Amino acid sequence: MSATRPAVDDPALLRWAAVTATLLLALAIFVLPLAAVFAEALRRGWEPALAAIVEEDAQAAVRLTLLVALIAVPVNTIGGIAAAWAVAKFDFWGKRLLVTLIELPFSVSPVISGLVYVLLFGAQGYLGPWLQANDLQIIFALPGLVLATVFVTFPFVARTLIPLMQEQGREEEEAAATLGAGGWDIFRRVTLPNVKWALLSGVLLCNARAMGEFGAVSVVSGHIRGQTNTMPLHVEILYNEYMFVGAFAVASLLALLGLVTLFAKALLEVLAGRRIGARA
Amino acid sequence: MTVDVENLVRRFGAAAALDGVSLSLRQGEFAALLGPSGSGKTTLLRILAGLDFPDQGRVRIAGVDVASVPARDRGVGVVFQSYALFRHMSVAENVAFGLRVRPRRYRPPEAEIQRRVRELLELVQIPELAGRYPEQISGGQRQRVALARALAIEPQLLLLDEPFGALDALVRKDVRRWVRGLHERLGITSILVTHDQEEAMEMADRVAVMERGRIVQLDTPQALLEAPATAFVAGFLGEATRLPLYIERGIARLSEFGLDDIEIDLADGEAVLFLRPHEVRIEPAQASRAVVRFIRPEGTGGTRILAETGSRIIEGISHAELARGDACRIRPVSGTVFHGDGTTHRWQRQEAWAAG
Amino acid sequence: MSASASLPFLATARSSRRHALPGFNLSLGLTLAWLGLIVLVPLAALAIKPWEIGVGGVLAVLTDARVLAAFRLSFGAALLAALVSVPVGLLIAWTVTRYRFPGRRLLDALVDLPFALPTAVAGLALTALFAPNGWLGAPLAEWFGWRVAFTPAGVVVALVFVALPFLVRTVEPVLRDLPLDAEEAAATLGATRLQTIRRVVLPALLPAVITGFGLGFARAVGEYGSIIFIAGNMPMVSEIAPLLIVVKLEQFDYAGAAGIGLAMLLLSFVILLALNLWQRRLRRGRA
Repeated sequence: MSATRPAVDDPALLRWAAVTATLLLALAIFVLPLAAVFAEALRRGWEPALAAIVEEDAQAAVRLTLLVALIAVPVNTIGGIAAAWAVAKFDFWGKRLLVTLIELPFSVSPVISGLVYVLLFGAQGYLGPWLQANDLQIIFALPGLVLATVFVTFPFVARTLIPLMQEQGREEEEAAATLGAGGWDIFRRVTLPNVKWALLSGVLLCNARAMGEFGAVSVVSGHIRGQTNTMPLHVEILYNEYMFVGAFAVASLLALLGLVTLFAKALLEVLAGRRIGARA
Repeated sequence: MTVDVENLVRRFGAAAALDGVSLSLRQGEFAALLGPSGSGKTTLLRILAGLDFPDQGRVRIAGVDVASVPARDRGVGVVFQSYALFRHMSVAENVAFGLRVRPRRYRPPEAEIQRRVRELLELVQIPELAGRYPEQISGGQRQRVALARALAIEPQLLLLDEPFGALDALVRKDVRRWVRGLHERLGITSILVTHDQEEAMEMADRVAVMERGRIVQLDTPQALLEAPATAFVAGFLGEATRLPLYIERGIARLSEFGLDDIEIDLADGEAVLFLRPHEVRIEPAQASRAVVRFIRPEGTGGTRILAETGSRIIEGISHAELARGDACRIRPVSGTVFHGDGTTHRWQRQEAWAAG
Repeated sequence: MSASASLPFLATARSSRRHALPGFNLSLGLTLAWLGLIVLVPLAALAIKPWEIGVGGVLAVLTDARVLAAFRLSFGAALLAALVSVPVGLLIAWTVTRYRFPGRRLLDALVDLPFALPTAVAGLALTALFAPNGWLGAPLAEWFGWRVAFTPAGVVVALVFVALPFLVRTVEPVLRDLPLDAEEAAATLGATRLQTIRRVVLPALLPAVITGFGLGFARAVGEYGSIIFIAGNMPMVSEIAPLLIVVKLEQFDYAGAAGIGLAMLLLSFVILLALNLWQRRLRRGRA
């Protein structure tokens, strides 16, 4: 654009200074922290780092993290699709309030997201005595971890789909209906193909947050090694026990998850030909 | 099939988009809903398609009350204003859609679907585009795809919502005639929604003129022009100059417009006179308040003149040589009078007056 | 095209409905159940629980010196971090949208890193970086005598990392859609480039900046994972409000924890509401 629009061309010096400053900032803010994680993990070479990852408690943490994400992500995917369909394809009273409420969990501290479930299901919570009487455990157990994770990742899918589906309108779906298609056919053959990349991107971000969540699960976990420790919690325990190489090794694994997510999201944006779900 | 609409009412909040609409169409008829935007024509179309629902009234298609029949079961073909083609499907897939989503026992085998798609694409004269995607073809071609897709379900009623609006003026005329020709061949009862009077008058057997949620007149194009039921219809169809006047003892005074008074044998009261351009003669004059403002040669039929008199512009025909800025005399020879009491009359200048 | 293949469907007419497309009841029902069970009921518990100890009890919890210090740090650091993110975010957004340079696309993708990186990892990474012997901590201590890790400054640094992407991602699309014509028009009217940026570009970006500021602030004020490693967590000095909730919970003081949580939520909503009103006034002034 610069060649054809000289009036909005910035002086070369300004341009050069801005680019240099940006690159230096990006280096300090984004690249150095990432590099530090891997450097700390490999401080004493590959072996101790690998050992920390294949060790039994670490493996249990990996399995638990995957399990929690495997439950939480589909719940929020189905909820998000249902919400987007209701909001984008119909008019009803209270729609704007509904959208606001769906985004609410993003402005709630992760610690509070865990706290609310302790208030409900903890030993002195509203349902605590009843749960105890029936020998059910939610807090300090898998259900608590899942609930807290569902809460913090609640809006991801809905908020990537809602604006896109609203923008795409209802005409194609209406056309499909006049051609004899039923609800499932309309969704599967008309709506889904139009939003698949955005949906995938939302699921991806939801998954990254679900696997990496710390504050909320920390409150409801009870930190029982090998049982209720997810990967991020395992990192904290190792760090507090001054097992730095182990902590950074497991952290590297999580950092890789983040990098893969970033890469996949960028790829999806190329495929979709647009920026999706601008913010998380 | 026949379409019968009885006393349809549809409100959006306090505003009535449809305010008691009744309409009856014969089998095989081509009707147009004509009106300015906001007159309710698209709402009526959507209710017929099952995409919207009336607050009151009844819709019968082929004699069956369709109140409880959802869009998917109506068998009504719709060509949407923006075509609403499925952008991720090829042209052939778009056309095949309606067949592929049928309940299994009504669904034709795949080979049959392919054959029908080919047939339909030939019918709309774009067989070579079968493999293309909507974004790879032109507006006129998209329109044909939308039509083929709607025809694929063998609709008994075809609804066209401003289908030519997105086409450029040159293509539009061709496509219009072609669609009308297709209607002659297929004989499907069709309803066209449009705000373009030329389009409605050229294509439809009958035109329903809509104003603020009501059908003010449903008639053949010829009848609409010759005997408009209300001042709105007269003003909306064709070109016309509108003069408000007051009738007193059989005389309407037009001197404030710089015209001679005219004799109208009607009761005293306010009225509106509509003058089509061919009903107004414009002649050279020596001293007159009227001045020629614009001239448009019409070939053999004389010259179209826009003359300004007082604060009004009146359009008429001249057979004499006139130039811009010339003084002129404006002489209405006939017109339509809408009397304040709600009656409509033709007015014809009497010979004696014409001579004067 | 004549036979009535569609007529059999007419006979299978279903019950009347007011919506053109199917699935309204199902989708809205699912949405409400999902929203109600996961979000609304638990948040209701948060709103009710504190009052078990009475208004006086809640006030006593909130006016405790340690709690007040934690609120000051959480809200002060979050506002400061969001504020720091504004110029940094504007610079990054401007360079990425307006200039072409090697690594631009990579940089653009990297901006999302704080979204994708687990907070605990970010906290660990920043701690390692700013520790007295870290890559950035060592030079800062040696040249300026600054300590970042294990001080309130560390909290601000971690929160800038968290809040920055919100700024960039809200400003970027607006900047990209800003018609260059307006800037060219300003140039033809005799404005210098800097005047144009100050009087034409920045005002157009202001609503987006406020949005990004609000989102970044909201995220930063509740942040936990990336802070607790770098903060040092000294009571009265570098202890954040969410950490106090955890402390109260460990003492089984549910009501006290809920009181702090509720106060945090209400306070940040008041701030977000004020930002929202400011933005609305800007929009109205423009229209």
